Amino acid sequence: MKPVARRAKPAGREVVDVVVIGAGHSGLAMSHCLTARSIEHVVLERGEIANSWRHERWDSLRLLTPNWLTRLPGCRYSGDNPDGYMSVDEVVGFVTDYATIIDAPVLTGTRVTSITPLDAGYRVRTGNGDWRCRAAVIASGACNLPELPALSKAMPENIAQLTAHEYRNPGQLEPGGVLVVGASSTGLQLADELRRAGHEVFLSVGEHVRMPRLYRGRDIQWWMHACGLFDQRYDEVDDLVRARRVPSPQLVGSAERTTMDLNSLTATGVQIVGRLAGVRGGKAQFSGSLRNVCALADLKMNRLLATIDEWTEREGLAAEAGPVERFEPTRVPGQARLELALDSGELRTVLWATGYRPDYSWLQVPVLDRKGYVRHDGGAVDAPGLYLMGMPFLRRRKSSFIHGAEDDASELSGQLAAYLDTLPARSGTRMVV
Amino acid sequence: MNTQAIPVDNGVNVEALLGAREALTEAPEGAKFTWRATCDWMRGTHSVTTVHGFFGLGEEQSHRTEFRLDSDHPEIFASEDNGATPVEIVLAGLAGCLTAGIAAVAQNRNIQLRSVRATLEGGMDLQGILGIDGDVRNGFDGIRVHYDIDADASKAEIAALVAQSQKRSAVFDIITNPTDVTVTVG
Repeated sequence: MKPVARRAKPAGREVVDVVVIGAGHSGLAMSHCLTARSIEHVVLERGEIANSWRHERWDSLRLLTPNWLTRLPGCRYSGDNPDGYMSVDEVVGFVTDYATIIDAPVLTGTRVTSITPLDAGYRVRTGNGDWRCRAAVIASGACNLPELPALSKAMPENIAQLTAHEYRNPGQLEPGGVLVVGASSTGLQLADELRRAGHEVFLSVGEHVRMPRLYRGRDIQWWMHACGLFDQRYDEVDDLVRARRVPSPQLVGSAERTTMDLNSLTATGVQIVGRLAGVRGGKAQFSGSLRNVCALADLKMNRLLATIDEWTEREGLAAEAGPVERFEPTRVPGQARLELALDSGELRTVLWATGYRPDYSWLQVPVLDRKGYVRHDGGAVDAPGLYLMGMPFLRRRKSSFIHGAEDDASELSGQLAAYLDTLPARSGTRMVV
Repeated sequence: MNTQAIPVDNGVNVEALLGAREALTEAPEGAKFTWRATCDWMRGTHSVTTVHGFFGLGEEQSHRTEFRLDSDHPEIFASEDNGATPVEIVLAGLAGCLTAGIAAVAQNRNIQLRSVRATLEGGMDLQGILGIDGDVRNGFDGIRVHYDIDADASKAEIAALVAQSQKRSAVFDIITNPTDVTVTVG
């Protein structure tokens, strides 16, 4: 793998049209589109290219998206396993190679410590010199920090706690029972891995998204891509706030292309319990809503499959597709446990797979809502010349995925270019970075 | 044949509810409500609970009239049976909440309801409240709710109404999740 050449270290204060914060797939896709529009920019990266993938994910993780769909503007998968799912190392390679191919002006090891508004534009301070820019793109990621519920503070001392953000492999856990909290793809994958490593595993399940890996002979993501679900726009959905908070679908990328759902987990001996609702009297308490959250997920999955079936009929593709399938409803235990003793030795570790949140501690522009998220309209932030990339359902359902960056970067770079055109030309010589 | 779409009417003002949702998103302080009840002991196991005032939208509010709920125990408990048992009132609370939710969700989804009936059962082992066996809990060992719904909708759509209603129900939440209770004497 050829490393991207580090550009000359900026001395003191530098001026550039656009600063892109973050050299993950989103920031690089934006860099590609800015280059295509001849917009001068620099990409500031706190660590290395694809830093989160390198340092903040568990070892066995694979993309949820098949290789043929894993693409960035101007770059498609060209390997010999289009139906496979990239490992973390392969993602790192894919994103790093992309930076090289597009010759992105990345400054690695350059952590942004603050961004503040100026009269026209922004000042971006880094541990490696300051920048002044007319526009900025926040592409620092959606998953910088673990989202930890307040209940974590109520856990007794004898229970070890770990977040999915820190988890790498089962070797980190002491022997004994594990409560995995959260039933998104992360929670299910970690519960499965820990069960296979010999732990007694309880999985606390709130609202979740159930999907088969394969449907009618094709990857579920092939269907979502083909029938336009991934392209559904942010201004077309009924409840955007909810759409942006939907947990990741219960999928796993594996060579066998197996479906991972609550039924497959209970078959391996994982015990499912309701949402973790309280810790009191030395016991973890689980919600009695387990049956309903499973019913909601089953109903939602069947609506998705019905949408796919209708589309297949309409397009006259039914003959090519496999037979219509419906899957067994989620098997909910007749007597799901409502509590688990925390002092009996039955449980040793709580693994929080309760989601992530972005880190905006450096963002000193008043654009955060009361939940701490950036206010934006399809990536155009509520501040002139500021743009956002790489957030769930930013502009489309696919925005959460690597392949979603292409359309978002293309459109937002257009908005950014139009914004720059409204500004007076910058005085002085143009600086080449 | 002259057909005309008859507007769905479940007697729920969805526009008002959606308007309230929007307004309270903008002004979350107004969303903080306090519900109240006052209970007077009559005699034996008979008590009368009244509800009238509550707080919400930033100020004191009140029901159109004061409502009164008698609670007592049946005669096999050597009581006078002047009203429903408190645990039956809990079932009533759950049924009322879920059913109101079904009507609201149906209205919002443009589904005309013709009839909705919930049948509820809560199992209880009296060894708990009588202190016979400390391993038996006082409360229900489970609650079963069954809905019979006649509506202009598919089976899956009706199932989705009932599921969504549970998801948004206050009493369902109160029953399925722990709630901190403070009791003082003064």
